[in-house]
Amino acid sequence: MTILIRGASLMGGDTSDILIDGDKIREVGRISSSADRVVDAHGLIALPGLVDLHSHLREPGGEGSETILSGSRAAAAGGFTTVHAMANTNPVADTAEIVELVAERGRLAGYVEVRPVGAVTKNLGGEQLADIGGMARSAAAVTVFSDDGRCVGDALLMRRALEYVSTFGGVIAQHSQDPRLTEDAVVNEGRVSSELGLRGWPSVAEESIIARDVLLAEYVGARLHVCHVSTAGSADVIRWAKKRGIRVTAEVTPHHLFLTEDRALAYDPLFKVNPPLRTAEDVEELRRAVADGTIDVVATDHAPHASASKDCTWHDATFGMVGLESALSVVQHTLVDAGHISWSSVARILSVVPAEIGKVEGYDAPLAAGSRANITLVDPSHTSVWDASRLHGRSTNSPFVGTSLPGRIMSTIFNGTETVIDGTVVAPELVRNT
Amino acid sequence: MKNLVSTRDLEAGNAIALLDTAIDMVDVRSRDVKKLPTLRGKTVANVFFEDSTRTRLSFEAAALALSADVTTFTAPGSSVSKGESLKDTLQTLESMGADFIVLRHSHSGVAATVANNGWVDAHIINAGDGTHEHPTQALLDAFTMRSRLLGDAARGNDLSGIKVAIVGDILHSRVARSNALLLHKLGASVTLAAPQTLLPRAIESWGVTVVSTLDDAIDTAPDVVMTLRVQKERMSSGFFPSESEFSALWGMNDARLSRLPSTSIVMHPGPMNRGLEISGSVADSPQSTVTEQVANGVAIRMAVLYTLMGDSR
Repeated sequence: MTILIRGASLMGGDTSDILIDGDKIREVGRISSSADRVVDAHGLIALPGLVDLHSHLREPGGEGSETILSGSRAAAAGGFTTVHAMANTNPVADTAEIVELVAERGRLAGYVEVRPVGAVTKNLGGEQLADIGGMARSAAAVTVFSDDGRCVGDALLMRRALEYVSTFGGVIAQHSQDPRLTEDAVVNEGRVSSELGLRGWPSVAEESIIARDVLLAEYVGARLHVCHVSTAGSADVIRWAKKRGIRVTAEVTPHHLFLTEDRALAYDPLFKVNPPLRTAEDVEELRRAVADGTIDVVATDHAPHASASKDCTWHDATFGMVGLESALSVVQHTLVDAGHISWSSVARILSVVPAEIGKVEGYDAPLAAGSRANITLVDPSHTSVWDASRLHGRSTNSPFVGTSLPGRIMSTIFNGTETVIDGTVVAPELVRNT
Repeated sequence: MKNLVSTRDLEAGNAIALLDTAIDMVDVRSRDVKKLPTLRGKTVANVFFEDSTRTRLSFEAAALALSADVTTFTAPGSSVSKGESLKDTLQTLESMGADFIVLRHSHSGVAATVANNGWVDAHIINAGDGTHEHPTQALLDAFTMRSRLLGDAARGNDLSGIKVAIVGDILHSRVARSNALLLHKLGASVTLAAPQTLLPRAIESWGVTVVSTLDDAIDTAPDVVMTLRVQKERMSSGFFPSESEFSALWGMNDARLSRLPSTSIVMHPGPMNRGLEISGSVADSPQSTVTEQVANGVAIRMAVLYTLMGDSR
């Protein structure tokens, strides 16, 4: 099977054709030969397939809100070709058996490469290390370990985890949240928590853990990845750590680049998320931190929840929002259109670097001949009000429904297979592996 | 105005109108026939997910004085307070004919959620939600201040020039939050006195002045000292070291009462911890308005029901 993409702007730069042969890019340039399929990409930007370092696909155990198949479809719709599936499933992904099951179901679904994230501690209990070596050496070849949803709060355990994971060349992705400083915390601590009478989640609870962890990482010579950075102060700590030569990488979510704590003022649980939405100053500083390289990647923290856990009071609602489908649009709006970064940087923060952090093969030479055929075509001139029909997962808890956003994914190609054609996600039977 | 969820929903004009209506309700209460027919054939459902005998009885008395039928649902504890059950409970009560739902809940924001998301059509009155707001308490407190400090000149007036000191656990107090907001709107100047551990963050946005101790507040010669109930579990959570230290620095006692102008009043929303935030002798002194607040509570709640009813026609 050959696919010829005609006239795409390569990462926002030169216009070129791309010829795909099987699962590889064969040629990039002016191509006169024909192909089995021709995709007209004039006016579209070609990006390398997007890589998400942080999503919750809920399977096994949470199939009411998402499955590996439905989450894979949501990912493809958002231009992703690889997603990392967080470990807080039921049972928890803390053994080789579970991570292999997740990877295999992802492979069968066929829309994206599903890279399981292994738990740091058994059952996310924060007490005893999970089977890290077993997961690293399994067929799923886990490289990212995280108790996401919970912080590895104990300093000694975090030290050991950093050391132990280093043995296998992996990385700890820390959910930085001091547990004691955030007991029952449900909204950013400050003007809004005071007005709403809700328990505040102070910025220092994130920043103090990041500060501790970068020092631990330096001390033991390990790599650290910081999940969903949400405050200006966190960006400062990471900037300092990088200057010092500490091997730390960091991610920010699309929603923390866009939404502020004011969205909580009506107690609408759609905006209940952890870490919480912060202030406008934080949002602005996070954008700058992406632009100057302090924050390495954008990761979605796609967190589907069934409607019952959002159609309720703020207190009873679960934390989280879906984000795979809207991620690139939010990045275009908050970073590209706002003048912070170029489209080639979008390729860096949403594909090349997240793949590097997760040690995912095939993304180191984006859109180059010989690379894996993972390609996303986006129409940057399209603008529309986001509605629920844009969502492809099982849950609809998107904070962007009703918001006008730029950009539309017209085509996603995963290892040479089209998963999105003309803006429509293809049917499961057309991509399924057997 | 369909619902009363927060004092933020009230403009100064609405608030003054409510206070004036409450004056008329006090008159009704002093007549031979102590009832108005306004809510005849209407049902007021008191839905109390958190126990509060005094507030529930006050709303019941107000509804009965307006000739409403009253149903009461009390379900303290968490087993029925989960989201779907709350929605189901309220829809069930409405199906049984509730026109007003008076809602008390231990979680902040519950009344706002119910009022905003269309689960029910009934009027929603917030009778206290977590550590958020208690708007009828703020109204009855404003009513009490106005009638005590302005006397016959009360009707039609706001609280301009009145100095109010609110003392104690501001952070966890829905009474303090509602009062600070409403008093600010009514032109009073509000001073908060509390340890830093019991003050909300970013409190400047409330339009209040903050001082450290009750003595600092008394130095400003306030017209009103409003004391707040201290939950004893706050001590074990490390918000302050001991009851005696709290009482020494933020407790209202005879020595402090004597430093107040003789026309000043001392308030407490009840139930009181005598000897902790307020001494027994201050509570029983002529300057204390504790029992008056309770009586005024019925009139204010009548005024709220009456006003919401009128605006729904």
